[in-house]
Amino acid sequence: MKVTRRDLIAGAASAVALGRTARAQTPPDSTKVRGPGPRAVGDRAATARLQRIVRGQAVSSTPHQDLMGIITPSDLHFERHHAGVPAIAPESYSLLIHGMVERPTIFTLADLKRFPSHSQIHFLECSGNLGRTAGPETTPGMLAGLTSTSEWTGVRLSTLLREVGVRAEARWLLAEGADAAVLTRSVPIEKALDDALIAYGQNGEALRPEQGYPARLFLPGWEGNASVKWLRRLEVSDAPFMTREETSKYTEPFANGTSRQFSFRMDARSLITAPAFPNRLERGWVEITGIAWTGAGRIARVDISTDGGATWAPAQLQDPVLPLAHTRFRHMWQWTGGEAVIMSRAVDETGYVQPTKAELLAQRGPGTATYHLNPITGWVVQADGRVVYKEESWA
Amino acid sequence: MTRVSRRIALAALLLTAAGQAFAQPARYGIGRAATPAEIAALDIDVRPDGTGLPAGSGSSSAGATIYASKCAQCHGATGKEGPNDVLVGRVPGDGFPFAADPKVPHTIGNYWPHATTVFDYIRRAMPTTAPGSLSNDEVYALTAFLLHANGIIDAGAVMDKASLPKVAMPARKYFVPDTRKQAAERPKP
Repeated sequence: MKVTRRDLIAGAASAVALGRTARAQTPPDSTKVRGPGPRAVGDRAATARLQRIVRGQAVSSTPHQDLMGIITPSDLHFERHHAGVPAIAPESYSLLIHGMVERPTIFTLADLKRFPSHSQIHFLECSGNLGRTAGPETTPGMLAGLTSTSEWTGVRLSTLLREVGVRAEARWLLAEGADAAVLTRSVPIEKALDDALIAYGQNGEALRPEQGYPARLFLPGWEGNASVKWLRRLEVSDAPFMTREETSKYTEPFANGTSRQFSFRMDARSLITAPAFPNRLERGWVEITGIAWTGAGRIARVDISTDGGATWAPAQLQDPVLPLAHTRFRHMWQWTGGEAVIMSRAVDETGYVQPTKAELLAQRGPGTATYHLNPITGWVVQADGRVVYKEESWA
Repeated sequence: MTRVSRRIALAALLLTAAGQAFAQPARYGIGRAATPAEIAALDIDVRPDGTGLPAGSGSSSAGATIYASKCAQCHGATGKEGPNDVLVGRVPGDGFPFAADPKVPHTIGNYWPHATTVFDYIRRAMPTTAPGSLSNDEVYALTAFLLHANGIIDAGAVMDKASLPKVAMPARKYFVPDTRKQAAERPKP
């Protein structure tokens, strides 16, 4: 069968709802040729090659327009690093815990794996996860691809702190990475004793180097920068350390003339992943789908609007709805032609409602840093079926 | 489930829970004691009260020479030109216009709340072409140069572990902790 360019375009349009991209090869009749045998390591289907969106030297985004469900494939987990990805040999890795502890201790990677292991499915989101200057031809991954969900495996930090004997006056701890930025963040002791992990596993295997191999701090629901990767040292103290990342960066100026510091929790957000740019719709039933997440527990509801926010209807939430994890939502919509603006709005179990851009701007001011901006965003379905990002001016 | 079988199930559950509690000791005895030398080799952080600052010192004039050869290519001849982070600049009246005006760069002089952070960050991460390569005297000198360029210390001031923590930063008063309620404090819908 000869495939023309026109066939491919039509095929791409019909595959839109699934978010897949058609490719130019038609394989021979698979029932007439014996296929290849087993291999030590598998690969994606040749027609399903996925890529992160790389921007500059320090950022790559998850292509949410190409993904399904809630788990981000590890090789598509977003990246944000401050001095590149270090190469650390697992046999030379060690974690030092010292400061206000009874027993300053060094743990090897093998030591960490001897403790009881916990696996938890959680999102990790960079607090600067919004393309504020995005034009119409912006994909979901370009707009908000600095969030990903994985099953993280490791030892509870509370277990290690009990092992070293934290003193009663301890209030904070400094987490330090072994990258060339020797990145540091101060973390409140309450979080360390609650659900923090020293993670060495991601989606059933070792962490990816970009995610902190051999071991990292993981703080569920909190801004990604605080989950220090390539973790080499934890120093327990009675006060925060005021590192560069938590003072000159990762702080948010407010319209009232202050700057908010130690704003760890990521608030509720949703992102329609299809239909979105570069999809093209055909008339009829369309599945509107996407992800929602919150650092305050579980997603309670996601509302969908197909009229630019005038009316809203609740989407279906796909099980499992896990705390501090991406939740998949879907809403069936009949597109009868004509321009439409589709939007999603997340509500979490504490009653927090994802804000509009106007609400955020009123609180934060137009000059505020890009951190912790979680506005309702939308996609324009044009009369010809093309879908583009609904541009927003932030200045 | 009958009343009795429910009780048995409950008892079994309690037993299991108790068994797990016994299986988890106060300590596992995993890991080895860190020696003072091992701690000192890694413990490079500097706190706002000066804890962690090493011996050594540096002046703005010494820092200017180092800045020109190791920093200016990324931060500009006077710290204002970029292309990387703008380091030098004050706001008239030491105001805090950042929410209103996205064009005002966040500099050491108008935004950084603690002088000790300048030393800590330069020592651990700068210059990006050779991080960790500067001596403590060089880091003190660069810190003095940047604080003087921002009009915060006098040209002749020498920075060391006694003087640096005493430097007051203009923007310190504008920083406030996060006041959003914790999830547990919010009403359930």
